[in-house]
Amino acid sequence: MATGETKKPRVGLFVTCLVDLMRPSIGFAAVRLLEAAGCDVLVPAAQTCCGQPAYNGGDRASAKALALRTIAAFEGLDYVVAPSGSCAAMLKRHYPRLMAGDAAAEARARAFAERVHELTAFLVDVRGLNAVPGTFAGRVAYHDGCSGLRELAIARQPRALLGAVQGLELVELADREACCGFGGLFSIKYPGISDAIAERKTAAITAAEPALVLAGEIGCLLNIAGKLAREGSDIACRHVAEVLAGEMSAPPIARTQVRK
Amino acid sequence: MLAKIRAALRAGPTDESRRRALEARRAAPVRPPVPARARVPEPERLAQFKACLAAQGTDVLPVAQPSQIPGAVADYLRAHALPLRLRRGADPDLAALPWQDEPALVVTEGPARADESVGLSRAVAGVAETGTLVLASGPHNPVTLAFVPDTHIVVVRCEAIVGGYEEACERLAAELGSPALPRTLNLISGASRTGDIAGRIVKGAHGPRRLAVILVEECRDQRLVP
Amino acid sequence: MTRAASPLEANAAAALADRRLQRALAEVPGGFAAARERAKAALPEFEALRRAARDIKDHTLANLDLYLEEFEDNATAARTKVHWAPTAAAASDIILAICRESAARLITKSKSMVSEEIGLGARLQAAALEVIETDLGDYLLQIRAEAPSHIIAPAIHLGAADIAADFRRHHRQLPPERDLASPEALVSEARGVLREKFLAADVGITGANFLVAATGSAIIVTNEGNADLTLSLPKVHIVLASIEKVVPTLEEAFVLLRLLARSATGQEITAYTTFVTGPRRPQDHDGPEACHVVLLDNGRSDLLGTNLREVLRCIRCGACMNVCPVYGAIGGHAYGSVYPGPIGAVLTPALPGTHDGGELAGASTFCGRCESVCPIEIPLVALMRRWRERAFASGSWRQRGMLRAWALLAAHPRAYHLMARLAVATLHLLARGRGAFSRLPFADRWTRTRDFPAPQGHTFQRLWARQQRKQPP
Repeated sequence: MATGETKKPRVGLFVTCLVDLMRPSIGFAAVRLLEAAGCDVLVPAAQTCCGQPAYNGGDRASAKALALRTIAAFEGLDYVVAPSGSCAAMLKRHYPRLMAGDAAAEARARAFAERVHELTAFLVDVRGLNAVPGTFAGRVAYHDGCSGLRELAIARQPRALLGAVQGLELVELADREACCGFGGLFSIKYPGISDAIAERKTAAITAAEPALVLAGEIGCLLNIAGKLAREGSDIACRHVAEVLAGEMSAPPIARTQVRK
Repeated sequence: MLAKIRAALRAGPTDESRRRALEARRAAPVRPPVPARARVPEPERLAQFKACLAAQGTDVLPVAQPSQIPGAVADYLRAHALPLRLRRGADPDLAALPWQDEPALVVTEGPARADESVGLSRAVAGVAETGTLVLASGPHNPVTLAFVPDTHIVVVRCEAIVGGYEEACERLAAELGSPALPRTLNLISGASRTGDIAGRIVKGAHGPRRLAVILVEECRDQRLVP
Repeated sequence: MTRAASPLEANAAAALADRRLQRALAEVPGGFAAARERAKAALPEFEALRRAARDIKDHTLANLDLYLEEFEDNATAARTKVHWAPTAAAASDIILAICRESAARLITKSKSMVSEEIGLGARLQAAALEVIETDLGDYLLQIRAEAPSHIIAPAIHLGAADIAADFRRHHRQLPPERDLASPEALVSEARGVLREKFLAADVGITGANFLVAATGSAIIVTNEGNADLTLSLPKVHIVLASIEKVVPTLEEAFVLLRLLARSATGQEITAYTTFVTGPRRPQDHDGPEACHVVLLDNGRSDLLGTNLREVLRCIRCGACMNVCPVYGAIGGHAYGSVYPGPIGAVLTPALPGTHDGGELAGASTFCGRCESVCPIEIPLVALMRRWRERAFASGSWRQRGMLRAWALLAAHPRAYHLMARLAVATLHLLARGRGAFSRLPFADRWTRTRDFPAPQGHTFQRLWARQQRKQPP
């Protein structure tokens, strides 16, 4: 290496199971953004799921086992970045708690947690990114996923990045900190209640009249997009990374064609 | 029951170290934070007290001297078309007022009766923090006068207005000559109200519909000085 | 009293279909939540007070036995009779005995969640005692034989028209031509009727928001003043309070009082904050001749020293349910418990006799809004998770099986990735180019009310691996 050249940080992308299965374009958008922020991106193949379903379902033992595997999969990387507030919170806040009583594992989990970041928080707070590849002319609303908002204080960062998108007009939703009703398995364990909560969210979205609603959380997006589609709404849904990275070739979530 | 609690806390009944720790804590307490609004100095304190009372919808009747109280009360009752009858406790400060100056006003003494229309009490202190009146029950101040009548009028001296609740307790202890509390210590911050019907706030749900405060701004009479 | 015995989902369905309830839920909890935000914004020391309150509560709970002893000593010195009730039945027995002893016939009662919890009303009525709820909201429910649906505003599900109809039916002295059109008229009518009861009552029963160990006092707060009439007019005053209500000193009580009203309704303080210490003094002209405090355990001591003990910090402000999306959708009755909302989800399974087993804790999105507004920083989400852990450990093979299967698969990356590729490819094919499914055989619970987005067809891992192979290292 030439003298004076800073080594690029090696970032492990924690894809998240839902992005991996349902919408890989979010993963590619994340990669593009991380590279724009001057990082080398690696995607450890041994990763699967952060363990939230087990953890929140009360199966601590399985969650702990998954956590240890995840930590091992991301060994030796400078950062671990996830395009999801809930998965990042799981890795950053809850992995150490899962290891309580096991001093060695707890130490590993804490060291691991130090390196974990949610995507927009990483781009803004760690990499200082203030210019993004994407452009979008139109009204956009942003839904704050609860885990990212309350466990990782993510709110300012996605908005800062959206502010850098040429042509984009951001509108805030009424009661913007309200849950969308997804809650992981809650959405199918208590579908009636989940639906009622989702309706309040889509009513707020519809009232704001955006062309596009974004979030940093695929779970919320599947829920919101599914509800808006059932309501016959014209409002499109994407992950915030897609707009920021200019990765708009795929149709919006739950849509067949690309709409403006 | 105590044994069960101790078992849960893994503590023995003769665990002297715990008792000593509590003693130490009592002797040298860590004072919890007291908001700035409870420590407003004079003269802003009086203004804060009045502003809070106004926000509650409590009527404020300032008088320069205690001798003007009977007149202020009579005027207030007339202004609201209320009967010129009031009931007070045996409080010597209230008894010593020149009630004879308002002959039309019928003043009786004792605890509240069933259809009492106006009760008059003296507050031990007024708390500027939230516009709160501090009333201590006793032979001179029947507690029922604060709750049974339709209208409650409370006399407060300006120098009895303190910053926060903690100071009010100190003032009470000074007046009673002991830290022991009376049967009832009432902190009153407005007239009775409810929002239970269709979410609308309505006054006079059980307690007094109307609360008025007579603020004595000057004090020359010896008996009203502690 | 009507209390739902059916599972949460059935209750929830009924609640979601109840248009009057939904209208109330659209306004009232949010109104309280907004008022709380305003009160918080107006008090710069709010967060400092929250931390102090949490520490005060934790310290007290860690020394609960000693503080209860101190309370008993000081209360007794003020001539209060202190009773210890390990169970709900014991508490009701004690109260009944006191009522019999004083030949009571009419009892006035101010709001007490604990009295609901132990079913006191039913026991007193069974003993042919007339009991009148005096908190207006509770009174409205009493004449309808309904349970409260919110701990601060128990009758939020009722409209003015319902109440007028109830009064016409229930108040025998009410002339038919009397106007009951406005809330003012209704309050006036209730005031008149209840005034007679206050004055005639033999015994007054109140709850307590706090018990002060250093002075042997009970603190009772209201806006209506009904508690004050209940505790000053009758000959006998009974305070019913659960053991975790104790705070060490008046000074520490003020910290909690500064948070209570602000968190509950957004008021800085309620109209009436009353400290009672013992019965009337020898020279007093009014006040009760006897004052009793009944200390209730009913499952609280089982929580001490466990990983659920933070539940006991609760000061019953209701802030958690005012922001809870689940409560906001279904209201309080659907929980089938005296304590609804997030605090209900973590307290109810701990109470003897409730057959919840952690179901309420399962009905949460874990959004965390509740714990963000809790004045004493109860870690509600973590507590709900702990109940879920207990439920999982004792759950059926089937319930545990599904979660275990997913976790097992996720622990084997190659098998996982293979299964994932197969699943998404299949779903993508089934979608036939559409962006979402309006019906999906195994996902009916989702697709009943929402479309299910179709996956893009390949997994990210697969696409990434392909891309990596094309690029030179």
